[in-house]
Amino acid sequence: MSTDISFATRAHEENWLPILELAVEEVFEIMLGCRVKPASSEHLVNGEFTAMVGLAGALCGVLTIRCDAKTARHVAKSMLGDTADSEQQVADALGEVCNMVAGNFKNKLAGTDERCLLSVPTVISGGEYSFRSMAEGDSLDTVLLFEGAPVAVRLQLQD
Amino acid sequence: MDKVRALIIDDSSVMRKIVERSLRQAGIELEKVVEASNGVEALAALQSNVVDLILCDINMPVMDGLEFVRQVATVQSAKGVPIVMITTEGSESHVVAALSAGARGYIRKPFTPDQVKEHVLSLLGKKP
Repeated sequence: MSTDISFATRAHEENWLPILELAVEEVFEIMLGCRVKPASSEHLVNGEFTAMVGLAGALCGVLTIRCDAKTARHVAKSMLGDTADSEQQVADALGEVCNMVAGNFKNKLAGTDERCLLSVPTVISGGEYSFRSMAEGDSLDTVLLFEGAPVAVRLQLQD
Repeated sequence: MDKVRALIIDDSSVMRKIVERSLRQAGIELEKVVEASNGVEALAALQSNVVDLILCDINMPVMDGLEFVRQVATVQSAKGVPIVMITTEGSESHVVAALSAGARGYIRKPFTPDQVKEHVLSLLGKKP
């Protein structure tokens, strides 16, 4: 596979969006015991919690998962049970979901897994911020419904 | 087999709890669970704890899982203790690196309790 075409081109030609959505669906089903399905992008996501994982190497970019505080707490409770109550545990849970989605996604891309490394997750709490990448690139965006609440997933690609 | 003393190494406290729960769901009776959030903490924990099983993430700050596996080989009390990697890093090169360093098993996240059961029971000499 040629390496001199942009990630944006590959993402389009190889139709990465359904692969990203499948990666999210598998993580939620296996680790949280809940099915999520792609929703209309018209769903507004209040991003009170944002988990981020960087990808470097054969695939460069940042994967983010964004949801409101209530949904983030629900994610943590689905993973840990009712013992998940502190904000630290909620952030930890969302960060780990993001980490697994990033890993699961890259594992599904032929020829990428071997040469792509993940950062440890970072979680931002609070919604009063804007995200701007300094690198040129495109993004894959999807919104999935988790127990009726929207969860926004974005893969910001950097060429 | 007697109750098991396990060392679980992951920078996510949530994931440490999930791994512990998966071990219990696999039917493994745990006498003690020691937790560490990176390789350095784990090596320190092994100075004062004897364990029968180590489950270790790869991507961690301070000291990652592969380096931990290399260094734990010099820890007398941990000789022969089976190490299972549990990680999002699913590439063939990571698997080979982990097994070459001394790990005995490799589980990719996301994982089911059945996968933990399958990998761990045989290492502990228990029938699934």
